[in-house]
Amino acid sequence: MKKVNHRNSISRILGAALALMLVFSTSAFAQDDAAVAAGKALFNANCAACHKLDSKSTGPALRGVEARLAENEGLDREWLYKWIRNSSALIKSGDPYAVKVFEENKKSQMTAFPTLKNEDIDNILAYTAQLKPTPPKPIVGPDEKTSGGGFSTQVVLIALIVLFGLLALGLFLVNKTLRKFAVANGTLNLEEEVKKPSLWKVFVQNQFLVIVAVIFFMLGAAYFAYGYFMQVGVDQGYQPIQPIHYSHRIHAGDNKIECKYCHSSARVSKHSGIPSLNVCMNCHKNIAQVADEVQQEGITKYGVDYNKEIQKLYNAVGWDPAQQDYVNEPKPVKWIRIHNLPDFVYFNHSQHVSVAGVDCQTCHGEIQEMEIVEQHSPLTMGWCINCHRETDVNFKGNAYYEKIHEQLKDKYGVETFKAAKMGALECGKCHY
Amino acid sequence: MASNKKYWKSVEELNEKSSIVEALRQNEFVEEVPVDEFLGDKETLESSSTSRRDFLKYVGFSTAAATLAACEGPVIKSIPYVVQPEMIIPGVADYYATTIADGYDFASILIKTREGRPIKVENNKEAVTKGSANARVHASVLSLYDSMRVKGPKIDGKDASWETFDAEIGEKLNQISASGKQIVLLTQTFASPSVSKLVGEFKAKYGNVNHVVYDAVSESTALDAFEAKYGERGLADYDFSKAEVIVSVGADFLGDWQGGGYDDGYAKGRIPHGKKHHKKMSRHVQFESNMTLSGANADKRVPLSTADQKVALAKIYAGVTGVSVSGRQLSDYAENAIKSAVGQIKQAGSKAVVVSGINDVDAQSLILALNEVIASEAFDKEAPRKIRQGNDKAVAKLVNDVKSGAVGGIIMAGVNPVYTLANGEEFAQSLKGLDLAVTFTLKEDETALNTKYVAAAPHYLESWGDVEIKKGHYSITQPTIRPLFNTRQFQDALLKWTGNDKAYYEYLKETWAADILGGKSWNQAVHDGVFKTTATVSLAEEASEAMEQADAAAVENEGEELVEAPAVDASAQARKLAGTAQASGMELVLYTKTGMGDGQQANNPWLQEFPDPITRASWDNYLTVSQVDATANNLKNWNVANGGLNGSYAKITVNGVDLQVPVIIQPGQAPGTVGLALGYGKKAGIKKEMQTGVNAYKLYNNFNNVQDVSVEGAGGEHEFACVQLHNTLMGRGDIVRETTLEIFNTYKKDHKKHGWNIPPHVSRDHEMIDATDPKADMWATFDRSIGHHFNLAIDLNACTGCGACVIACHAENNVPVVGKTEVRRSRDMHWLRIDRYYSSADTFEGDVEKKDNMSGLFGDNGSLGGFLEMENPAANPQVAFQPVMCQHCNHAPCETVCPVAATSHGRQGQNHMAYNRCVGTRYCANNCPYKVRRFNWFLYNKNDEFDYYMNDDLGRMVLNPDVVVRSRGVMEKCSMCIQMTQKTILDAKREGRQIKDGEFQTACSAACSSGAMVFGDLNDKSGKVAELHEDDRMYHLLEHVGTKPNVQYHVKVRNTKEA
Repeated sequence: MKKVNHRNSISRILGAALALMLVFSTSAFAQDDAAVAAGKALFNANCAACHKLDSKSTGPALRGVEARLAENEGLDREWLYKWIRNSSALIKSGDPYAVKVFEENKKSQMTAFPTLKNEDIDNILAYTAQLKPTPPKPIVGPDEKTSGGGFSTQVVLIALIVLFGLLALGLFLVNKTLRKFAVANGTLNLEEEVKKPSLWKVFVQNQFLVIVAVIFFMLGAAYFAYGYFMQVGVDQGYQPIQPIHYSHRIHAGDNKIECKYCHSSARVSKHSGIPSLNVCMNCHKNIAQVADEVQQEGITKYGVDYNKEIQKLYNAVGWDPAQQDYVNEPKPVKWIRIHNLPDFVYFNHSQHVSVAGVDCQTCHGEIQEMEIVEQHSPLTMGWCINCHRETDVNFKGNAYYEKIHEQLKDKYGVETFKAAKMGALECGKCHY
Repeated sequence: MASNKKYWKSVEELNEKSSIVEALRQNEFVEEVPVDEFLGDKETLESSSTSRRDFLKYVGFSTAAATLAACEGPVIKSIPYVVQPEMIIPGVADYYATTIADGYDFASILIKTREGRPIKVENNKEAVTKGSANARVHASVLSLYDSMRVKGPKIDGKDASWETFDAEIGEKLNQISASGKQIVLLTQTFASPSVSKLVGEFKAKYGNVNHVVYDAVSESTALDAFEAKYGERGLADYDFSKAEVIVSVGADFLGDWQGGGYDDGYAKGRIPHGKKHHKKMSRHVQFESNMTLSGANADKRVPLSTADQKVALAKIYAGVTGVSVSGRQLSDYAENAIKSAVGQIKQAGSKAVVVSGINDVDAQSLILALNEVIASEAFDKEAPRKIRQGNDKAVAKLVNDVKSGAVGGIIMAGVNPVYTLANGEEFAQSLKGLDLAVTFTLKEDETALNTKYVAAAPHYLESWGDVEIKKGHYSITQPTIRPLFNTRQFQDALLKWTGNDKAYYEYLKETWAADILGGKSWNQAVHDGVFKTTATVSLAEEASEAMEQADAAAVENEGEELVEAPAVDASAQARKLAGTAQASGMELVLYTKTGMGDGQQANNPWLQEFPDPITRASWDNYLTVSQVDATANNLKNWNVANGGLNGSYAKITVNGVDLQVPVIIQPGQAPGTVGLALGYGKKAGIKKEMQTGVNAYKLYNNFNNVQDVSVEGAGGEHEFACVQLHNTLMGRGDIVRETTLEIFNTYKKDHKKHGWNIPPHVSRDHEMIDATDPKADMWATFDRSIGHHFNLAIDLNACTGCGACVIACHAENNVPVVGKTEVRRSRDMHWLRIDRYYSSADTFEGDVEKKDNMSGLFGDNGSLGGFLEMENPAANPQVAFQPVMCQHCNHAPCETVCPVAATSHGRQGQNHMAYNRCVGTRYCANNCPYKVRRFNWFLYNKNDEFDYYMNDDLGRMVLNPDVVVRSRGVMEKCSMCIQMTQKTILDAKREGRQIKDGEFQTACSAACSSGAMVFGDLNDKSGKVAELHEDDRMYHLLEHVGTKPNVQYHVKVRNTKEA
């Protein structure tokens, strides 16, 4: 689960990586940076939907495409101009390589880009001609990492303990010596001291004190027992490890994907629904790998190889990235359900999400920051009821409520009504 | 001085020499309590290595271990689709229109599916014909999940693959075809144009093929009569809503007569309608022998033996047409009834209709002639029903042919002749001798056990199909779930064996495109489930022509006529009928029960537990005997200490076959007749618990439902599971209020003397005030004028007692099945029951009069004897049905006594029951005046002791995921389908709109096709329920208790006017 003991090392790694990147970008290639930058922008706008630099997507990988074509096929930039502007014409003309590429990519037609000027294409090619940057190696080895963190606090703690131990020993010795002196001097009569009853005996003999103490003890015990039993079956903070590491932080947080894009049934159904895998593939057909920085962050910060997790998704749906097709037997994913309500409770997402307009985060917490989802709320009846007591019914713009709202306003002379006043505390509304 | 009085504890002490007293002086019990029996003998106890201490240790450890283990929460997996089908959203129900056509029940219905599982049957309101489901159709969804279904093809009882199956059968078919022997297709009534076409193609391929349609419960005589008169094999259709006078001679048209489904039309005419004080309703006269649903609903019921019914019918015909017949004299009561009926038919003219269920071609012809004579508007001969096609003579001939060896191979589908034929065992023997015997079946039933090739057939919810329910009225069957098992439709197999590679779906679609749709959209037809056309080309007709040809061929072969040519002259038929002699001995009238029908769904626990509307007994069939005959044969019924009903056995002998059956004394049973239900006594392919009753098909000789029988007492005691202990109303008009149309139209409802809906009075400060007066109330009233206020209105006039609501409630609310012994202990769990009351005088009114006239304790009018007398229903009683469920009292007695506040009131008028809060004190049930609360005495799910559908994974697929399955020790009751009302509200909220009238439904009101149950929001002033609430006929059950229920009843009105 969540590991936090390497917190200090992250900034170092990032720093080192940054340095490395800078070194590469400045010294390795003497190219026109402006051209590369313009090319990158054009590539992302026009090509990236179907092409990746280093791996096959809908279309072939494009890194070093010009050099590759020149070397293997003897085709020049002119051919590329033609191809990019109108590939289908080229295929129809019977150009052997054009036909070959078309066949290899399952006869999917490449969009024609007649508007791209020669220099635009030049820029794109300049961008694709860049060498693949070597992934930044983590500079700090795993051995060094551990030694960094806990050092100071632990040592300080041990030192403090030793110090206090020495202090106590010193005081004890001093006391002993002083006593010896006192006895020797005759200022202290040991026999008298023995006769003094101990504190414990005084306590036991005082019945009032005993009774009060017992009452306090029992109250305390009851308090803790109650607390213990009330949390039985409450799984707040439940954070199981899922078969595929799915990061809500990346999807809902970094990429700001709307919750109900995936959990679409929350709008109309009682279930929020774990999205079916075809929903994942809407995006992940094209996203076989995460950005390198994200990958790096995953490995160092969360110990997760995101690319491998995406691969797990591909395995589950039977997608073969090389062939760009569903070829394998699908294997449904057995997710572990986090939010479990007992059978005797009826909860309907659409009532809360669509009608009341409650944010997902109200019950599920800051899900967009969770790397691994955990149960945020206790999901106890008290928790439900409390919200129903505090929340106003969302009458606004809902024709269903029009008549009822008018009648209520006339009767009670107020505008807003808590859900509790509208029957949201009735047993039968949730238990049937 | 101390008293020397001696106190003695029992009479025994007076006997000084009594050994018992002596023994008791020393011991606590007279005899030594046999402790060894449950403790085992001393020796083993002592020699055991487990000491008491060890035992305690084990107990301690295991308790601790269990406690620790329980601390770990279970890990719940959740598996989404890989590719989610577009129309399926988890948690949202989808509805598909389909059609049941199992050979007995035909109806266009909607199927509710959740996450791809069919879970409930709903009425298809768009359907013009037969859009309503009866109890059996409602229960059919559970038969889909029957764990006893055949799960794949079998050859000689061993599992096989379809490939070997096809190969072997194909080879045999070719052999038989080459040898010139006959191949027979013995099927249920499909009434399917596509099947007819397909069978035609099969015939073309294999030549000597004979298609025989077999209805287990035959309507052959009616079909023959119709065919002779109109040249088409069908059944005349009736629209009872158009009839003002309905005369039925032995036709249980509210039951299963000629395919049933007439109750909605009937009920329409039964609700008093028209201008105030001139309200009209139909008049219904019933002549019958068994007490049927139709008889129970009739305004006048005349119990007659079948022989007498024939005479009565002839006399009615004669009276109406003026032909003279000389029938023997019937009883005065019957003669008067006939005279009156004739008068009323004449008076009503075309607004009258006469129907008959007499199994006789003459009688059926006479009915057709009679309805023609009066030009009855309710009578439809243009578009006859096609849902019965069986031909008794063809079946009888086939049975002989199979025996004689003229038949080479037989392919059966949808039939179970070994069980349903009177000479089934003989047939089973001859089946074994055939070269090829194939049966398409859902179960390994009696026929399958005697057939070499058993083809696993899919349930109708997994199949494609089409049905011509009525001429020109087509319906489509579409699958609502992927086949659960390795099954194949009969039609698909036929296609394969005729060498056609198409799937039946394709074939169906093509047939429809070519012959039926006439250019209309196929998708639309599938969506609607029904398609009406006026196209003249009827495929079924072609098929019946083909059949006729085959018949003709058979006639040539055998020199025997298959369809008896009835005498053409109706008067001659009438005279023939009138000459029917009185039955010499007893008549056995075989009938079908509302719950069981022809017995196809005998393994369906909902139907087994469904109490018969008339006898209120479940899990059984029995001989219904009139009180007179019972006394004569010393047959008895009595209640035992735990409330269970017991009865004696009778031995009945028909044609040398005898059966021992339990007896129920049935008020209204025509003396000289006994009734016995078909469809029970199945043994094969059925769970042990469901093997109930006796097989009456063994007595169904010559497909005649009336047989000569001898009845004698056989000793022994039979334990019934009857849910109603008390049969009569005892003149308590506050339960079922009843009046006659005349009084209803003449007097005000609170008229002093003739008031027919007088609110009860209660005493307040020694003054009588209305029970509905707010002053009579000790509770503060709650303002329910804002928001919804649900009410359920039940019209006792429209309720026919069909019980569809009971099964619909079962399905919707996950009501458990408890089994026969538990039902017997009054622990049935039905949330909705339909009480049936008999009158002890001839009418309920008579009861009231009798009660009012009682004075003193003893004497002729004494209440002591008088009330005892009133407990016995009359020989021919009036009957009333009253559906009772939780009344959702606004001042509910159950709520005030619950120590844990598990039951409480919602502002929408529903009485809530929080199961998880209930601790099971049962105070609420004791305090409920309506006795509608049900207690879970045991755990009814996942419990081997209750091995019904909730005990296997397959059966549990039918459970409604929106309603919790209750556990042991909690109370439950009708929730007024709060899950449905909440859903309606939520849908409206989400869509941002007001709720229209009619949108709110409960399972029972949605299932009620007769309109007897109307559900809605009382605060919707323009709504139907609000209107009904203000109706003069409205009253509440036990109004004087002051519970202010949210269920309204409407006074039952009878049209007692004689001509």
